Amino acid sequence: MDRVKDLASKKAAVIFTKSSCCMCHSIKSLFYELGASPAIHELDREASGREMEWALRGLGCNPSVPAVFIGGRFIGSAKDVISYHVDGSLKQMLIDAKAIWF
Amino acid sequence: MADGSPRTDISTDDTDEKNQRFDRGKSTAIVAYDSSDRSKDKTDQKTLRRLAQNREAARKSRLRKKAYVQQLESSRLKLTQLEQELQRARQQGIFISSSGDQAHSAGGNGAMTFDVEYARWLEEQNRQINELRSAVTAHAGDGELRIIVDGIMAHYDEIFRLKSNAAKNDVFHLLSGMWKTPAERCFMWLGGFRPSELLKLLANQLEPLTEQQLTGIGNLQQSSQQAEDALSQGMDALQQSLAETLCSGSLGSSGSSGNVANYMGQMAMAMGKLGTLDGFIRQADNLRQQTLQQMNRLLTTRQSARALLAIHDYFSRLRALSSLWLARPRE
Repeated sequence: MDRVKDLASKKAAVIFTKSSCCMCHSIKSLFYELGASPAIHELDREASGREMEWALRGLGCNPSVPAVFIGGRFIGSAKDVISYHVDGSLKQMLIDAKAIWF
Repeated sequence: MADGSPRTDISTDDTDEKNQRFDRGKSTAIVAYDSSDRSKDKTDQKTLRRLAQNREAARKSRLRKKAYVQQLESSRLKLTQLEQELQRARQQGIFISSSGDQAHSAGGNGAMTFDVEYARWLEEQNRQINELRSAVTAHAGDGELRIIVDGIMAHYDEIFRLKSNAAKNDVFHLLSGMWKTPAERCFMWLGGFRPSELLKLLANQLEPLTEQQLTGIGNLQQSSQQAEDALSQGMDALQQSLAETLCSGSLGSSGSSGNVANYMGQMAMAMGKLGTLDGFIRQADNLRQQTLQQMNRLLTTRQSARALLAIHDYFSRLRALSSLWLARPRE
């Protein structure tokens, strides 16, 4: 959990993924499209990947990846990101966290 | 006078009778002629014979036409009967596939169950839309419209819930679009309609829009397009990944057992990847649902009513187009 929180606070936009996860690929694409440059952490490449995954599940993230943090705050999984994007709040969150400017 | 054609001759007796009358007429006529008229007489005979043949042909043609029309009438009756039976069977929940386009769905029970549920959902939606249309035509107040619109939105939630369950059961059936009509299926995206396309349909039909609404709808269009692109890219990545898994064959390595183990390993990995497909359908449906809801939020009650009617009309016509296409005369 500490590792997760630590990494999540290091950049305005942070996404936890797995290298084999294609839905993660979708969410990454969306962030790139919006002009954000999120920090990507692949759990299957992390030493404490398993504990991190467990921690993410504990936060209510199901499936555990992709797990999105903006401004250090846990936003949700793919479903939440898409919902926030459609109602316009994703962009606002990214602007507020200074991940993008417009 | 024998008619050389292969058609069944229903009028032989009459023909003979007519011929006899003609012959009798001919004999009577001949007596009155003198020898100088014999060549003219021959021409007249040919003409008379030809005229008689023409009359006969016309008569037969009329009789054939009558028989054909009678056949058509009884076919029409039969068709009406069959349609009624079909309707009754459908209401009893027995699924009957739409005409002309049915491949066997391997999903068996799951697929059929969903198809039945979808058919029922469509019927209910038709009913609700008709109610909305009546209310709009009758200049109902916002309050009444709001109730009906909310009902339709809730009904949309229902289909997304049904699809979500069906995706767990048989994702390929959903993706195949066999539960839709051919024209709908052709323009499908990830198991359903494209949200961004839907908004484009409504572009001119919602006026007048306030500045704020215009901006909102514009943003919504852009957002849904971006989300669609993102999901499509994820699907492409999935297909690529799957292809790589299935292609990576190390032929002729450590003997047959090694190969079998390899193969099984590949298949297991591929199975894992296939398992993520239903996640994509679910997010695609999530996008569809969110787009509809956001649209509803941005519009006034009356505008939402018009939008829902327009959306329904579009899909309804697309379905009708499919039927027409399937029934088109082919050479």
